[in-house]
Amino acid sequence: MKEKETGVREIAYPGQVLGDKKEFLPGVGTFEEDGKIISKFLGILTKSGNYISVVPLAGVYVPKPGEHVIGIITAVEKVGWVVDINSPWESFLSLSEAVDEFIDVKRVMLNRYYDEGDVIYAQIASAKRGDVQLSMRGPSCKKLKDGVLVKITPSKVPRLIGKEGSMINLIKEKTGTMIRVGQNGVVWISGEKVDKAIVAIKKIDEKSHIYGLTDEITKLLSD
Amino acid sequence: MVKIKGIELIKDGKRLDGRKPFETREVEMKVGIIPNANGSAMVRFGKTTAIAAVYGPRLLLPKHLQEMDKAIIQCRYNMAPFSTDERIKPGTSRREMEISKVVRLALEPVLFLENYPKTTIDVYIEIIQADGSTRVTSVNAASLALADAGIPMKDLVVALSGGKINGQLILDLNGIEDNNSEADVPMAFMPNKKHITLLQMDGELKHEEISKLINEMFKAGEIIYKKQIEALKNRYSE
Repeated sequence: MKEKETGVREIAYPGQVLGDKKEFLPGVGTFEEDGKIISKFLGILTKSGNYISVVPLAGVYVPKPGEHVIGIITAVEKVGWVVDINSPWESFLSLSEAVDEFIDVKRVMLNRYYDEGDVIYAQIASAKRGDVQLSMRGPSCKKLKDGVLVKITPSKVPRLIGKEGSMINLIKEKTGTMIRVGQNGVVWISGEKVDKAIVAIKKIDEKSHIYGLTDEITKLLSD
Repeated sequence: MVKIKGIELIKDGKRLDGRKPFETREVEMKVGIIPNANGSAMVRFGKTTAIAAVYGPRLLLPKHLQEMDKAIIQCRYNMAPFSTDERIKPGTSRREMEISKVVRLALEPVLFLENYPKTTIDVYIEIIQADGSTRVTSVNAASLALADAGIPMKDLVVALSGGKINGQLILDLNGIEDNNSEADVPMAFMPNKKHITLLQMDGELKHEEISKLINEMFKAGEIIYKKQIEALKNRYSE
């Protein structure tokens, strides 16, 4: 077991030379040039195995196929829905990816399935050149009713979830809430002590670069 | 433009403000000053102060401006009406349009734009106090703001101005020196590989002089580079 560290995690800046190609492999958030591994972002430096990677501390969400996101329906079209997924690009949920039964689009209004303002938990089906397609075919995909939405920095979602969901389970237990986290940095919360959970989530967003965050959150939630 | 006659701008190796020829002014840098922007920074060289704010990457509209395979940068350099001794008319002047473009071109080579098709990265630079070398101050501020916004970059951009007064090469010109100089050379570069992204010259310099000046600017740029790194790390201190 490594000795417990305190203070700020090691921060890398863009253009920082992190290591040599012979010793390490370039991970996420880095690139290689002339046999050297260089950081792309201002972010937290992490070394796991031979890989060096940099987790950015800011930035927008770039959709990747297979990821789950939380989106808000912004428009109902003829054969699908336009969804805001907190990313630079709009995404589209087509009818065939959303509903199983046969629908005669001439007779049925699509807003009986999803209407403007509805919140959905969906999967990214494809994302090419800024054209993002969503799908509701996954087992966990559904419409989210009630609840509150909170936005955090997308790159900090893994920190919020923690190792095997340790952090998010801690918040769920202590506040008695149901929480769903989209990879796009949108968090849906519903339950008793929603306000307390929001405070904890905001704190994780702000202080993700500091060691001993779990202890701090435990303390915050126990009060 | 204040032209001073009869005053020696450089005397016994000291300039009007007491600096040595190759000494820069006091530099102050702060990152993350505008909460509503994706990234922001303030850079001060002596009295010259620039504030940069970065918004995006965000969807670019109208659609015909979109690039299908990369993001574009839109840059605006603006001098506040109260930034100079004499009030300047609000609105974009010819000079401001030129500097907006030059700053954009200085930043473009360091960004990985291919990750964000159809989008724009908006860089807004406000000069709230001008005392010479405003374009290099803007480049420094924009470089920090882009890093703060979490946009992938190959390197930071360090910028510095050089020039010549009374036959003596100098660095980091202030307002009076700028207006009375024999030559004025703003330069921006990527410190890792020493690639120059911006080099302009107003005035006349000899062949040897320009190479000497560029070398001196690379040397002094290291100090500014360290300040940039320090400012970025301070953003995420406790």
